[in-house]
Amino acid sequence: MIHGLVQFSYILAAALFVFSLYWMSNPKTGKRSVTAGVLAMLLAVVATWIQPEVVHHGWIIIAIVAGFAVGIPLSRVSLTAVPQRTALSHAFGGMAAGLVGTAKFYLWFGEGPEQLTPFRVSAIVIEIILGFMTLTGSLMAAGKLMELKWVPQRPVTYPLQNVSNIGLLALAALLGVLLVLDPTGPWAGIIFPTIIGLSLLFGILLIIPIGGADMPTVISILNSYAGLSAVAMGFVLDNKLLIVAGALDGSSGLILSIIMCKAMNRSFTNVLFGAFGTVQAAKADAGERRYKEETPEGAAQILEQASLVVIIPGYGLAVAQAQHRVRELYDVLSKKGITVKFGIHPVAGRMPGHMNVLLAEADIPYDLQIEMDEINSEMPHCDVALVIGANDTVNPAARHDKSTPIYGMPIIDADKARAVFAIKRSKNPGFAGIENDLYFLDKTFMLFGDAKNVVGELVKKLSPDGVHG
Amino acid sequence: MTFAQTALADPEVQTAVEHSQQQTDFWSLLFVLLLSTFIGLGVIARVSRLLHTPLMSITNAISAIAVVGSIIVAGSEYPDDIRLLGAIALFASMTNIVSGFLITNRMLKMFKQERKEPVQ
Repeated sequence: MIHGLVQFSYILAAALFVFSLYWMSNPKTGKRSVTAGVLAMLLAVVATWIQPEVVHHGWIIIAIVAGFAVGIPLSRVSLTAVPQRTALSHAFGGMAAGLVGTAKFYLWFGEGPEQLTPFRVSAIVIEIILGFMTLTGSLMAAGKLMELKWVPQRPVTYPLQNVSNIGLLALAALLGVLLVLDPTGPWAGIIFPTIIGLSLLFGILLIIPIGGADMPTVISILNSYAGLSAVAMGFVLDNKLLIVAGALDGSSGLILSIIMCKAMNRSFTNVLFGAFGTVQAAKADAGERRYKEETPEGAAQILEQASLVVIIPGYGLAVAQAQHRVRELYDVLSKKGITVKFGIHPVAGRMPGHMNVLLAEADIPYDLQIEMDEINSEMPHCDVALVIGANDTVNPAARHDKSTPIYGMPIIDADKARAVFAIKRSKNPGFAGIENDLYFLDKTFMLFGDAKNVVGELVKKLSPDGVHG
Repeated sequence: MTFAQTALADPEVQTAVEHSQQQTDFWSLLFVLLLSTFIGLGVIARVSRLLHTPLMSITNAISAIAVVGSIIVAGSEYPDDIRLLGAIALFASMTNIVSGFLITNRMLKMFKQERKEPVQ
């Protein structure tokens, strides 16, 4: 009776999870997604909890209360901090999978070798490798995103890095095979913790060579790993709901990674083993190229003459928290009858969709947030392209300069607009040290300063009650 | 005693039955994985690009379905150290569920369509 009820709830939960993702296809139905997801999760938790084998309740209640205590503040972080929150939750997901795998192994180990079938042990090995490498990998990613002092921000590379990383993973896999062949042998007590240690180490070493610009891809890949570790847990526990939910998460991560890779014209292996941004350091010999600077007053005057303005945001917008000022700019320009659109590059920011969430937070309508391919067809008619804190995603060198690491990456054609304003924090070359050809065009004018202040100045100059009248 | 009952009483047949059960189980799990991956790829490919950040936070919450395993490990009649691992895993998954759904909800509420003239 209870068994049937539990299974029925699981099936219902699986269906609700699918619907939950289905409703994410449109911002209008998005709200239903959360309702469906919460309902599904509630069903799954209750159905599991009422099973007769669950006899101790104290720790469960404590863990759930603690989960709420940590989860609620984590959900209230500012939206600029969403990438690191996401990385942290990948870490939690990986840890949960790793710990359950470990618990199950020692449980069956204690109960007797007949429990440790080759199938179960293989599933456990896959679960703990994926789980623990996701744990440390995501923590490293979160540390890089939070710009913690003791986590190196720039890609760290050393000789034979890729060989030793792959060797490490291969060693863990080899030990896994040994464990499957003889799960209760004299060495099993050492082999199992060694696999855990190697996976933890591998996670760290995997993320160390990766730079900020690659974070959207890396977060997506880690998302996929977290899902796959849940799938492996489903195999260990013989639970189909875990497999379904894990597969949904895994395929989501996979699709996002593919989109991110395409948007950077790079392959998976290139992202993971390429150490982006280290290649270019020495290319400062192009001679003295000069920026043309413009004042907010001058920029405001040109903006007033425009009929179509395209704003192209990048990570700099998030860093400066400039989204609300941008909203004000959008308001003044629209009041003057100027069309304002936002051109969003898929890898702008530090995670997929990062810019969209920030602009939505500032109440900028989502149908003005236009994806790259679509906005590019409008760029030739655009009077002013306003680049706010974006760099590589608007660098025309990606089209022709084979020596730059971003060669071949699709970009937003800011250079096709009649005039370009680029807001940039400092006169130094960008994070990755790649010079941006866009800044040196005849039609480009630089506005140096913090994005929030500069946009604020522009708004002031453009307001009817503004200083210049 | 019917033939089936006699056959089941035979220890060799019994292990064979158990064995075959384990086999079918494994294969049916693989089937579930295959089909749900296809469904996942199909559904996710249609997700609006605007919503990729909320998508990631909701799939995060969904994959915290690991609670199901953690509850069993933390609450069953197992040795304490094993249950402790389960309880920590339960805490981690619960954190993901709570923060994942709440922040997704918060983000989705922000996405508004353009209103040319404010109605009110």
